[in-house]
Amino acid sequence: MVITADAAVAHAARLARAEVVPGFPITPQTIIIEQITEFINDGEMDAEFIPAESEHSVMSVAVGASAGGVRTFTATSSQGLALMYEMLFAAAPNRLPIVMANANRSVGAASGIWTEHNDSLPVREAGWLQVYVEDGQEALDMTLQAFRIAEDAQVRLPVMVCLDGFILTHTVEAVDVPERAQVDRFIPPFDPVGALQPSDPMTMSPIVPPEFAMEMRYQQDRAMQASRTVIARTDEEFAALFGRRYGGLFESYRMEDAEFAMVGLGTWAGEAKEVVDQLRAEGRKAGLIRLRFVRPFPAEELRASLKDMKAVGTFERSASFNGFGPIYTELRSALYDTGVPITDHFGGIGGRDITVTTVREMYEVVERRARGESVRECTWHGLRGEQE
Amino acid sequence: MSNSVRSPVAGLRNVSREDMLVHGHGACPGCGYAVTARNIAKILGPDTVVYVPASCLAVFSALYPTSAWKVPFLYTAFENTGAVITGLKAAYRRRGIDANVVGMAGDGGTFDIGLQALSGAAERNEDVIYVCLDNEAYMNTGIQRSSATPFGAWTTTTPAGLEVQGNRRFKKDIAAIVAQHDVPYVATLSVAHFTDFVKKVEKAKAMSGFRFLHCLTPCVPGWRIEPSKGVSIDRLAVETGMWTLYEVENGVPRVTYRPRKMLPVTEYLGLQGRFKHISEEDVRTLQSWLCRKWKVHYGEEVEEPPCVISRRDEGLGHDGDPLHGL
Repeated sequence: MVITADAAVAHAARLARAEVVPGFPITPQTIIIEQITEFINDGEMDAEFIPAESEHSVMSVAVGASAGGVRTFTATSSQGLALMYEMLFAAAPNRLPIVMANANRSVGAASGIWTEHNDSLPVREAGWLQVYVEDGQEALDMTLQAFRIAEDAQVRLPVMVCLDGFILTHTVEAVDVPERAQVDRFIPPFDPVGALQPSDPMTMSPIVPPEFAMEMRYQQDRAMQASRTVIARTDEEFAALFGRRYGGLFESYRMEDAEFAMVGLGTWAGEAKEVVDQLRAEGRKAGLIRLRFVRPFPAEELRASLKDMKAVGTFERSASFNGFGPIYTELRSALYDTGVPITDHFGGIGGRDITVTTVREMYEVVERRARGESVRECTWHGLRGEQE
Repeated sequence: MSNSVRSPVAGLRNVSREDMLVHGHGACPGCGYAVTARNIAKILGPDTVVYVPASCLAVFSALYPTSAWKVPFLYTAFENTGAVITGLKAAYRRRGIDANVVGMAGDGGTFDIGLQALSGAAERNEDVIYVCLDNEAYMNTGIQRSSATPFGAWTTTTPAGLEVQGNRRFKKDIAAIVAQHDVPYVATLSVAHFTDFVKKVEKAKAMSGFRFLHCLTPCVPGWRIEPSKGVSIDRLAVETGMWTLYEVENGVPRVTYRPRKMLPVTEYLGLQGRFKHISEEDVRTLQSWLCRKWKVHYGEEVEEPPCVISRRDEGLGHDGDPLHGL
């Protein structure tokens, strides 16, 4: 099928038999809810679409529906995710396995409707798993996998599937849309374990005093850590059924004998793979790690892959305003005491186009650092005017 | 019939004796919220699921690891009652579970921060019961003004200062706003009119679609009243026109209780410390607003009753702080 990544996500929600879908329009996510309502009204999807009056209410409806014991899906973007902020923190501690697609778009002032990761990365502390995809096929496949991971008894946490706005959401590609029966073998019927229902009265999410709240946060953290193995296992099971494998927490590209590498999220990896191929053709030992999950952050796994690098670069499509970006900050912590030097590389902010040339510039800085040359620790690539 | 008791009061015969919000919770003695929530939950019965947003009710009825609820209970945030009950009901519809899904929000959670989610749920005609427990201020955070606070009332954000005394705006008419959403049922309730109260809750329970119950719930520390006086004050609210009892069923309004004559508003104000500072001018302003409201509700002009401000402080020993004098 030749469809946008937004449509691919909608197909995944249909195939996964999501039963309640609250939604509110926001570019570039809107195609997802439009497509879902079309499925419902055409009788192709047996679900209820709830046209909530804001994204805060979207997540509140999702929390209510999931607490009531049904498979719940929604989608948002940017300002919408920001408006949901409060309720993201209600979904995770209550262990509600909601799956939500987030079309990455810049948030706040100096913003437009184009790709930036400053909507979802700032909420990586909300207790949701976050996965970033590279193309339309992965958008569909990871939405399917997200339901399995979220609903796993060891996890029971919400999952956010992030896809770059416009670059993916509005771009048509050939996507293999699996058959319903095939997906039914992968995703079992929803288990309403721990749901609120009159036949088994339970008080959910009351006020929790300090004597107990800490243990609950700890359990939440344990569940997040447990999700690492569930993510890997789910990817294997998915590969066995559908023949596509994504690598779980991150994808390694030409890392076997790499001496320097970059780490980054999303569609940027497309250009990065091209650059790695170019450099390899020139006999330069470049590699790439396309980070997929930011939560759980694969610190140990990245450390194992990167500990012998001569230098590593991080790609940032979102600023932390501490002089570096969030990926640098997280990776620096993961590689602490390995002595591997890290350089940080900003690009594509506010949806600015990222070209192979831009990414090659990034790699060349990392390579110079690998050779022991002195380079800027953080570079904004494609910045108009001089960087201080 | 073991769960029922014969009552001499018509309409109360079938009220269950089994509480769904049980004793042992942490409400102040004389709390109007507790009495109202308890009786609504009792009438709705065991096939009920309750959502409570941030409010006194959330704090006093379910503090981990205890809970006073015998029916499923959920709390998450302040402004989303209309939305969470929408989601819960959708889940039960999908699962074929027949449950009364009820949201019990305060006046702040309904009139102010929750207005958007309330309007959304009402407009979509969600099959839920929305109860507004109105104690006319943000009592849980310590008595701050809301848009339900009556004219002239003291709160900690409308203090009785040297230049400005008390709230300067009139109470928002939330029931009228909800009724304008063309929903099946809107009713106003008072615990002082218990037969009327029971009938309305039972009617709401038997109907489907969006049902809105607006209840006046006296607050002992917030209104600065004696713990034993809540019901009497609720009764005076109706007799003075500060509260009106009516219902709007499928768009048709009906007054369910009409006082024989209008009592002066000072009868109501005088029992409450929150109006202790009120000036004669403010009493006149409030009284003429009430007379206009009276005509709207009861359809005829009313002669302005003579108001006499009593500065007697007897019976107001409670200073408003829940930790004092109790």
